[in-house]
Amino acid sequence: MMIKKAKRADKIATIVICFFAMLIVAILVGLLGFIIVRGLGHINWHFLTSAPQMIRGGGGIGPQLFNSVFLLILTLIITVPLGWGGGIYMAEYAKPGKITNVIRLVVEVLSSFPSIVIGLFGLLVLVNAFGLGFSLLAGAMALAVFNLPLMVRTTEQAFRAVPKEQKEAGYALGLSKWKIITSILLPVALPSLITGTILASGRIFGEAAALMFTAGMSSPPLDFTDWNPLSSRSPINPLRPAETLAVHIWKVNSEGLAPDAKEIAAGASAVLVILILCFNLGARWLGRVAYRKFTAAKRID
Amino acid sequence: MGQMGKSTSLNHNDMKKSKRREKHYWEEWVGRIYTSICVVLLLVVIVSIVFFVSSKGLATFFENGVSLKEFFTGRTWNPDESFGALPFITGSFAVTLLAALIAGPLGLCAALFMTEILPGRGKRILQPAVELLSGIPSVVYGFIGLSVIVPFIRDYIGGQGFGILAGCLVLSIMILPTITSIMADALASLPGGLRESSLALGATRWQTISRVVIPTVLPALLTGVVLGMARAFGEALAVQMVIGNAPHVPGSLTESAATLTSTITLSMGNTAMGSVHNNALWSMALVLLLMTFVFVILVRLLERRNRI
Repeated sequence: MMIKKAKRADKIATIVICFFAMLIVAILVGLLGFIIVRGLGHINWHFLTSAPQMIRGGGGIGPQLFNSVFLLILTLIITVPLGWGGGIYMAEYAKPGKITNVIRLVVEVLSSFPSIVIGLFGLLVLVNAFGLGFSLLAGAMALAVFNLPLMVRTTEQAFRAVPKEQKEAGYALGLSKWKIITSILLPVALPSLITGTILASGRIFGEAAALMFTAGMSSPPLDFTDWNPLSSRSPINPLRPAETLAVHIWKVNSEGLAPDAKEIAAGASAVLVILILCFNLGARWLGRVAYRKFTAAKRID
Repeated sequence: MGQMGKSTSLNHNDMKKSKRREKHYWEEWVGRIYTSICVVLLLVVIVSIVFFVSSKGLATFFENGVSLKEFFTGRTWNPDESFGALPFITGSFAVTLLAALIAGPLGLCAALFMTEILPGRGKRILQPAVELLSGIPSVVYGFIGLSVIVPFIRDYIGGQGFGILAGCLVLSIMILPTITSIMADALASLPGGLRESSLALGATRWQTISRVVIPTVLPALLTGVVLGMARAFGEALAVQMVIGNAPHVPGSLTESAATLTSTITLSMGNTAMGSVHNNALWSMALVLLLMTFVFVILVRLLERRNRI
């Protein structure tokens, strides 16, 4: 009797668990399908390259797409040296003790700050106090703050995963610690560093809350023939305000006046999601390729 | 002569050696200083975030004379005279708790499926799904909420569609990947012997899961829920798009409401720096900051109780 009951409970529980697990897969497939089916019809060359329209229909997302990519590059220029440096410190230099614990806590707290708080901090310090105004540079710095903890953590893990013998071999050759880090550990850790950096890029690409008050919500008309970084209409001027794709989706949804606002939001969402999927798949592929190249191994286990 | 030649070559060797040693030291210091600067910068950033946000957030109480009691218990938010943030605080807590209540069990099921029921194949199906879900940006979740969930609630449940219910549904999908992946890691870290000895005693799989596996890793499972809640509490745009943004304590789940983050998002750009209204928004940001600390402390406490 007892056994029968237990077996029935087991069966029911298994079915419930399987049902909910499948539900999650269904949610994912539904979400991706919805975004892509809804948006794909609206994506064409004109949509991807032309400037947005405020009131009339037919606007595109050209400048926003460019801004997103440019901002991502600026952010990586700031985050990569700092994040990798911090991660190397945590993995190689930090000695177990109070100070290291404090740093670990700081990284943990910083990574759980809401992105809007980082955005507000950017507004107060970068935009107003440093006088950068609403600009790509302020946005990139805010995103760097938002992204640093993740970068530090992935770098630390990547360096810790290097086999100890390789490091010891370096010491046995009489190399300095820094030489060991840059010429022995870094090549081995590089595949995971690249994967981690690209995954972080996906997060940077989709972030909007930290950018609304730093990079701004307006996109001045750009002149794509003017490549002088100091000119105000130049696309590569880091001090101009720039609305990114993610911010544009928010803005179109909440205050868009164009008659085709819904379609623009759907199209822009599809572009954003497809790009981020490419980032994720690209990260894995590149990580595998780099792993093969640097370690002469056939595959990652 | 020979003697002298030998001594010069010795000197030469010494010089070469000391030069090399100099380079060695120099390199050592470059690395040490460079990486230390990176870490110090992290500390500077966090100290300045806490300092600036609290100095602005506390100005509401110390300079503008808004009382703490009014801010935390006042029910009316009127940008000219009264600054009761209770509607936003309840809104934030309501969506966060409900989202955790929905996403927690769902995430647990997914994690159990990946680790206990179909360890090989289940993981191969669900893991990529979870990773992809976690990559979708929050504005896209907001857009989906706006174009699917809100109309659905309006048509089938009632009300305008905007409200706590729409907010917590969007958030629960958003925090599901966080919760699932942390729970799956926790379950996978369970020593195999425990599971097998329970099965060897004749327990069914469900008995093993419910009486051995879950109680052992409970703190780690709860860590996942708390981290998910931290994300939900701080999420701004996805919630703002579906919650309706009405500054009062809602009477039902389908009534328009507001959260701390949605109010900051909407009003920060339209208020003058230094005005009372603006400072009150900074006080809300300070509440967000303090809640982050609470979540981190909770995670730490749970980690300490972790028995594995």
